[in-house]
Amino acid sequence: MTRPSRVVTRPPVSVVTALAILLAVAVAAAFAPWLVPDATGQDLMLGISGPGPGHPLGTDDLGRDVLELLVAGARTAVPGALCVAAGSMLIGNLVGLPAGYLGGWADALAMRWADLMFSLPALLVAIVVAGVLGGGYGLAIAVLVVLFAPTDTRVVRGAVLEQRHRPYVEAARLKNLSAWRIMTRHVWPNIAPVALANAFLNFAYALVSLASLSFLGLGVPAGSPDWGRTLSDNRTQLLANPWAVIAPGLAIIATAAALNIVGDWLYERVDRRGRTR
Amino acid sequence: MFLLRRLAGTAVVVALLSIGVFCLLYLAPGSVQQTLLGTRPATPETIAAIQARYHLNDPLPVQYLSWLGGVLRGDLGTSIRTGMPVADMLGQRLPLTLALTGYGTVLAVLVGIPLGVAGALRRGRAADRLVVTAGVVGLSAPPFAVGLLLLVVFAAGLGWFPVYGVGEGFADQVLHLTLPAVALAVGAVGMLVRFSRAALIRELDQDYVVFARARGLGAPAVLGYALRNSLVPILTAAGLIVTGMLAGTVLVEVTFALPGLGSLLVDSVTFKDVPVVQALALLLTLLIAAVNLLVDVGYSAADPRVRLGGRPS
Repeated sequence: MTRPSRVVTRPPVSVVTALAILLAVAVAAAFAPWLVPDATGQDLMLGISGPGPGHPLGTDDLGRDVLELLVAGARTAVPGALCVAAGSMLIGNLVGLPAGYLGGWADALAMRWADLMFSLPALLVAIVVAGVLGGGYGLAIAVLVVLFAPTDTRVVRGAVLEQRHRPYVEAARLKNLSAWRIMTRHVWPNIAPVALANAFLNFAYALVSLASLSFLGLGVPAGSPDWGRTLSDNRTQLLANPWAVIAPGLAIIATAAALNIVGDWLYERVDRRGRTR
Repeated sequence: MFLLRRLAGTAVVVALLSIGVFCLLYLAPGSVQQTLLGTRPATPETIAAIQARYHLNDPLPVQYLSWLGGVLRGDLGTSIRTGMPVADMLGQRLPLTLALTGYGTVLAVLVGIPLGVAGALRRGRAADRLVVTAGVVGLSAPPFAVGLLLLVVFAAGLGWFPVYGVGEGFADQVLHLTLPAVALAVGAVGMLVRFSRAALIRELDQDYVVFARARGLGAPAVLGYALRNSLVPILTAAGLIVTGMLAGTVLVEVTFALPGLGSLLVDSVTFKDVPVVQALALLLTLLIAAVNLLVDVGYSAADPRVRLGGRPS
């Protein structure tokens, strides 16, 4: 199979900016324990203070450095959201691949399930279920994986439906390969880019949802250096040190927006390539 | 026929979800009795009263049906936290949430659709790219972060708006609700920009637009045709926007300390006040189901093909 010649286009400014933001967040998340070993260290004598020497963004009411909390917050915010995106992508592939390829009752069942889950607002269900069960970070992640999986399932199924009548699938079928083998070795590599692009969008939504749950006190425990939690801890200190609110707020918005921009961009590329092939 | 089928589908979903809502009672850690007792003393009398009230000694399906029967008669039980009838609590809090989401929706429509249309008309140019990027940022920004940033800038910094409270009298209430409504609207604006821009771009590429232009129709007339046809995809967004608003109002009410249904949900969830949580969950389920049904009715009004079993293009 000859590859279509791909025109190399420079990604737009917004995508480059988004990638730079994601790189910074990834570095912060990966190296937080070394960059800011004492992020939650309190200085109660100092208390809340505005930006000044030694504390570029000031401190919160417990005397914790806002900038250090911001860096450490990435380590709490990113891995959980990554787990949700990866987990729901896994379920989505496991259910969507056979649903799309085999069709029939398996497909009908999977789609009714997705329809039902679709009528649920993910964040509200997560608030109710995680709250009634007693909250906790692990629980919040598990609930979100279950709620996000239908989106992935639909996307994967849709992509498989587009592939299953292609000549290469028929050729594989004529060779008497098993359905499992055709699905995993032949169809899956062709739909993986779509699933990946969708995972980026889910990643963004998971990040926002987890931050929301933490903001409401249903995610990470009190005092954790999480963006959502820090926002809720510091919202009474708007007047004393606004940076304690601005920094984590902007961090959540910028990271989620960057993920969405990259996800959209990937989607567009994958889609265009799919059409010309 | 189309609407009947939709109605039946909605009924099935609501029935299934009501079972889920009922099961919340059994999800809470500890025994059901303990959950329902709350902080009251566990005397034989109180336990007996709760067992009789919730039919705890009957099999589960009977418990569910008696609970459902109560709900249908308007009896939502009593709050564990306050001892008040749940229906009264909801009634007190509903107006604020309705006002907030209504205000937010109006703002979102007034800003989102014109921005999306403007982007589509200047496709690919700097203004369009700005609109698209702003839309994505709006879509990504969680309402509580936006709300707090708005408070920092417009309430604490510039002093244009009050920081907390609901206000007295109509004008003052509108003033107090403005920042929360803006925070709530930002996500919906992002969604509307995306949907309306994409829909209008698709329509502007159609042959009938080229033909209308070739015949010398003015730009406003052509835009009118295209807008009418992009209504269906924009309507698709309505369901998503309403669910987004309902989730957003929880976060916004907590951020701005407003006494609405959303903050009631968070308080009740934190306190394990299960009857209130159940009532709220049921109310939200019904609201979302009703909106989705309305959207379907809107579809078939805007695009007759839907009624005939075809797919909206």
